[in-house]
Amino acid sequence: MPDPVKTSNAAEALGYPGEMIAPGESYASVSEKIGGVILDRRHPRVWWVGFAVGFGGVMMLLLAVTWLFLRGVGIWGVNVPIAWGFAIVNFVWWIGIGHAGTLISAILLLMFQQWRTSINRLAEAMTIFAVACAGLFPLLHLGRPWVFYWLFPYPDTMGLWPQFRSPLVWDVFAVSTYFTVSLIYWYIGMVPDLATLRDRAKHPLVARIYAILCLGWRGSARHWGRYETAYLLLAGLATPLVLSVHSVVSLDFAVAIVPGWHSTIFPPYFVAGAIYSGFAMVLTLILPLRRWYGLENYITERHINNMSNVMLSTGMIVAYGYIMEAFMSWYSGDGFERFMMANRAGGPYAITFWMLILCNILIPQSLWSQKVRRNHLVLWLVAIVINIGMWLERYVIVVTSLTRDFVPSAWGMYGGTKWDYATFWGTVGLFLALMFLFVRFLPMISMAEIRGLIAKEKGAGS
Amino acid sequence: MTWRANERLSNASPLAHLAGNEFPEGAAEWNDPTGRREFLRVMAASLALAGTAACTRQPLEKIVPYVQQPELVTPGEPLHFATAHLLGGYARGVLVESHEGRPTKIEGNPDHPASLGRTDLFAQAAILDLYDPDRSQSIVYGNQPSSWNDFLRSFAESLSPLLTKKGAGLRILTETVTSPTFLEQMRALGERWPEMRWEQYEPFHRGNEREGILLAFGQALDPIWHFDRADVVVALDADFLCRGSACVRQAYDFAQRRKAALDGREMCRLFIAEPALTNAGAMADERWTVRAGDIADLAEQLLAGLHTPPAEGGWLANAFHALNSARGRGIVIAGAEQPPEVHALVHRLNAKLENVGKTVEYIAPADTASTKPERVLSGLADDLRGGHVELLLVLGGNPCYYAPRELQFSEALSRAPMRVHLAPFRDETSIHCQWHIPEAHFLETWSDARAFDGTASIIQPLIQPLFGGHSLHEIAAILLGDPSPDPYQIVRQSWQRRGLGDSAWRQALRKGVIEGTTSPAKEVTVSSALINSTSSAQLGAGLEIAIRPDPNVLDGRYANNAWLQELPRVFTSLSWDNAILASPALAERMKWKTGDILEIGAGARAVRGPVVIAAGHVDEAVTVHAGYGRTFSGRIGNGVGFSAYDLRGASSGPVFRGVPARKTGDFVELVFTQHHHSTEGRDILRVFSSADAMSEARDFAKKHPAPAPDETLFHPEEFQFSGYAWGMVIDLNSCIGCRTCMVACQAENNIPVVGKEEVARGRDMHWIRVDTYHEGSSEFPRTYFQPVPCMHCENAPCELVCPVGATMTDHEGLNVQVYNRCIGTRYCSNNCPYKVRRFNFLEYTSSKYEEGASRRMMRNPDVTVRTRGVMEKCTYCLQRITRARIRSQIENRKVRDGEIVPACAQACPADAITFGDLHDASSRVARLKAHPFDYSMLAELNTRPRTSYLARLGQSSGEESHA
Repeated sequence: MPDPVKTSNAAEALGYPGEMIAPGESYASVSEKIGGVILDRRHPRVWWVGFAVGFGGVMMLLLAVTWLFLRGVGIWGVNVPIAWGFAIVNFVWWIGIGHAGTLISAILLLMFQQWRTSINRLAEAMTIFAVACAGLFPLLHLGRPWVFYWLFPYPDTMGLWPQFRSPLVWDVFAVSTYFTVSLIYWYIGMVPDLATLRDRAKHPLVARIYAILCLGWRGSARHWGRYETAYLLLAGLATPLVLSVHSVVSLDFAVAIVPGWHSTIFPPYFVAGAIYSGFAMVLTLILPLRRWYGLENYITERHINNMSNVMLSTGMIVAYGYIMEAFMSWYSGDGFERFMMANRAGGPYAITFWMLILCNILIPQSLWSQKVRRNHLVLWLVAIVINIGMWLERYVIVVTSLTRDFVPSAWGMYGGTKWDYATFWGTVGLFLALMFLFVRFLPMISMAEIRGLIAKEKGAGS
Repeated sequence: MTWRANERLSNASPLAHLAGNEFPEGAAEWNDPTGRREFLRVMAASLALAGTAACTRQPLEKIVPYVQQPELVTPGEPLHFATAHLLGGYARGVLVESHEGRPTKIEGNPDHPASLGRTDLFAQAAILDLYDPDRSQSIVYGNQPSSWNDFLRSFAESLSPLLTKKGAGLRILTETVTSPTFLEQMRALGERWPEMRWEQYEPFHRGNEREGILLAFGQALDPIWHFDRADVVVALDADFLCRGSACVRQAYDFAQRRKAALDGREMCRLFIAEPALTNAGAMADERWTVRAGDIADLAEQLLAGLHTPPAEGGWLANAFHALNSARGRGIVIAGAEQPPEVHALVHRLNAKLENVGKTVEYIAPADTASTKPERVLSGLADDLRGGHVELLLVLGGNPCYYAPRELQFSEALSRAPMRVHLAPFRDETSIHCQWHIPEAHFLETWSDARAFDGTASIIQPLIQPLFGGHSLHEIAAILLGDPSPDPYQIVRQSWQRRGLGDSAWRQALRKGVIEGTTSPAKEVTVSSALINSTSSAQLGAGLEIAIRPDPNVLDGRYANNAWLQELPRVFTSLSWDNAILASPALAERMKWKTGDILEIGAGARAVRGPVVIAAGHVDEAVTVHAGYGRTFSGRIGNGVGFSAYDLRGASSGPVFRGVPARKTGDFVELVFTQHHHSTEGRDILRVFSSADAMSEARDFAKKHPAPAPDETLFHPEEFQFSGYAWGMVIDLNSCIGCRTCMVACQAENNIPVVGKEEVARGRDMHWIRVDTYHEGSSEFPRTYFQPVPCMHCENAPCELVCPVGATMTDHEGLNVQVYNRCIGTRYCSNNCPYKVRRFNFLEYTSSKYEEGASRRMMRNPDVTVRTRGVMEKCTYCLQRITRARIRSQIENRKVRDGEIVPACAQACPADAITFGDLHDASSRVARLKAHPFDYSMLAELNTRPRTSYLARLGQSSGEESHA
């Protein structure tokens, strides 16, 4: 059995992508470099700029949300027949982005894909922040957001209960479970690293804070034993969630009778799309961070190559989904379905559809080329294009389907208002702000697991 | 031991009585510093205080009981009073619902010949005018609020010099008046002051019609059309279904003839030639588009056909032969804008076809308006300029707004030393008069009026004038020397003199009509005098302009009525605007597109307005709707649209030619509620066109069977509906597309007006909409109407997607919406295939279109006013169902068929909507559901809607018949 740490023979023959960790890294250098980002080094100017942008976005979000609560959802562009607009598009988009983290940390862990080690922490953080952004939208888009808790099954004095046939109730459970498990998983995985930070911190207050956060970790063998078991168990718990969350989100559409929504292909196709967009977002974040913080030794060409490959393959699944959707609408023989497809491709919103094909299918085909995978600027641009494409995909599904459904007299048009855009970019700002805070205060690469890699390498070498 | 025994004996210990009790009361609290009760007390107090702190302070409202209980009033039980609504001066009987003294809803009066229990949209919308906060609130002198007494004093001063001159210099201008009391007052005034002159003017009048009859018969007469007796109707630019004071009755009679098809009998055949689509045109079996100015040629050819019948083929020949073969059972009718000669030809044709006395009868006119109203205004303007007018009373009407620009009427008006304007709003004319007197709404004062057939009704008030209005009769009485006129006494005494005793008076008030006042039909003989035809040649060449009253705001009198402004205009679905309607061919040639601002007319008569491309419009002509461009109508109507009146010359009629039209390059985003007028071949609106529609319908149903009820994932018999099963049938073959149902629903269900911006966003709130679909070419389209309320699906897609169960089917099959449970996910609306759900995107009930303290009084107390963030939709008028159910339970019986009538069905002039219990096999609705024409929209989705449709029966377009 070939050593999973070592590069495969095929890759070796190409001379690319090389190692998962640069040679010469030691236990000390890992703590020094990764812990040092938080404890020692002055933060680069780009951090301040990035955080300021994110913070500005948060302020804009607060403004938009305040006005929303004062006036009502009418400040957005939603109408009848397009009663769901940006809010739901953004919700699905963010949830999709939130998929990569748990996939990388849980599923790849269970499959012994050790290249996940360097990127899982960042991906998990991204997941949590993305799901937090996503979770805002279903609440904000309610007509009466102050009674959002009616979605939960709680002992109501009037004996009322959620209506469990509605996919929106399933959503509440799916998203909240996913968020909770991801948060715990992320935190548990971070405990040994927090202990490292506690030990290395020079300022007593900083040491104290990390001491509280690391839950009294002493690194004893018993701790490690319990930790490994807990981590594995949580990975096992999180794995089905990766598949269930977006399946349930897709059921919001699949259960409805709207042509363009009512489709059994949605769950697998949404999950693939989610992983696709999730990896695109990880690459979007990791490529600049790696450069700014000099983490090339830990996040190597190998990682980037693997992520590009995952993106390419899930992109192909998504493309297959598009083809099947088009095929099935023809094959069904149903006039409404056929019209829906024709309208998508040739109706007033055709531009969004063809942009989506360009962004999600055509441009990502460039990932077949090693040159593209190795050119990080191009790769970063491709990842951003995929993020845009995935947003457009949700726009096409949510909006275009609603604009023209069954009764032609009720057809309408939709466009976002400035408040729609403010809310969307506000959550992007929130996401960025949270990411930058995370990079500043928590280890963005798992030091403990990297040390494990080094240990294995040493063992293999000796 | 003694001490113990003593202690026990003396009961010294306060706890001693508890010693024998194993579980003493409150034992759990002894060792607890904060006891359970204490805890609960503090929690209750803090919760109560938290509640007061968290809430905004609710406005203080007092509920005051009656000190003296009024007779008949039971709080919560509405009363109905009979009165009459006026259109063009003519009465249409109405019954007005009153809740504790507040009129809230207007319905038709079944005993009134012009209503038969039905209304049009103007009667429905009149209730909003009553509570309009923009109505003038006080008497105004110059710009200052004044008082009635001041007015009386000033008025007496201006009158005194006239006394010696037999009233010379006194001019009274009113709109068309049929009030017997007012006519009597004017007669008396004429006797007192023979030199005084009273004239009547309305921009859309019946002058041409009267003049035409004068030409045809040599005497002044009014025609009474009996559409219920007609087998063939040929309408020449005449929308007899939605125009004129008899339109409700005519629509009802016409629809009854179309309903004959349900029994397999032949319908009445309608041939229409018109320049732009009208409601009647959409119902036509054969429609031909022709310029308004060319109608005269058609009328002549029809008449000429009697000598030399036209060759087969084509609209004209078809119409002629149909008429000719149905002698005595046909109607030829011309529109009010057609010149007198066309009317004369039409009446002659009816006489020649032996229709007179059968399908058309003639009575003496109830009003005394001039047959040449255009001369009234120009004559008045001349007299004003000549200084012959000393005291001008404008009682109703708004001449400064609608007088042709050439007359410079406002300037002429100012020449009169004393000007008084009685009007509901301080409008364009009021600001040019010294005195403005608020006119009382018809629900606020006493009056009377005649219907189209002469039947008189008393107009009785339901409420004291909200803003201190006065009536026409009061001003007339002052002129007659009564210093403190009382409208009730004026009307009562007038009828007393006419021999109406107390019991007959009470009977008249109760019934809404005065027995025995219907005018008898007159014997007429056609004069053989030559009719000088005005052939199209006289109009000249070039682009033709036809000015028509707006289908919603008429001549502008309803410009401040937000319901009517928001209500989409028929066919175009344009909301909050008027437009220049042009044919697709003309627009293509001129490179116009909908929304382009055109300048039409030349010089001083040029106006600028947006063009709308209208299917079924004749080429080389445009139609412009008047009634817009108001500047002093109020908050709603000001600045909406442009005034078409400015196009008219001082003496030109409503149709003229050779008008330049050019594109200005400006563009305006017009607001429409329906953007797509093709069914896309979907089986949404079923039309059967063959002669044997019945078997065609059966074959169609066989080929397209509805899915079996158990084709569902859920248990099909999950719930068995026992008891009532409410359902509705809408007869597409009867529906004339008048949209009265939409306004009636709005009035009944407290539906807010959202305003132009919100309609532009697609957020209009109408619970029932009337869809218009076109088929065939855009020049000669076939046009169909389809009212769409909630379908009340038994298998409702909206219900299973609601996460909080805020919408569900009740035990009688109603799809109910629970407002206070709704959290506003709007998922139900997405999943509704009919898109009948409406969402409160903003707090519409406090928008600028709904503000004003008076508006709150208008609300139907039986219907919840919805807040922002909740979904709403048609309830089948649940409040009416509940009221009937309670009544039936009290009387220990079942609800009778026809006892519950939803607002839309009640108002519908065509009786196209039927509601009732589907479990009662003998009910009207159950029998209609069993008819072969019955179908459910989108039945293939297995929604099992409770609202179904009766198919529309065919129509061939002019293209086919004229090809």
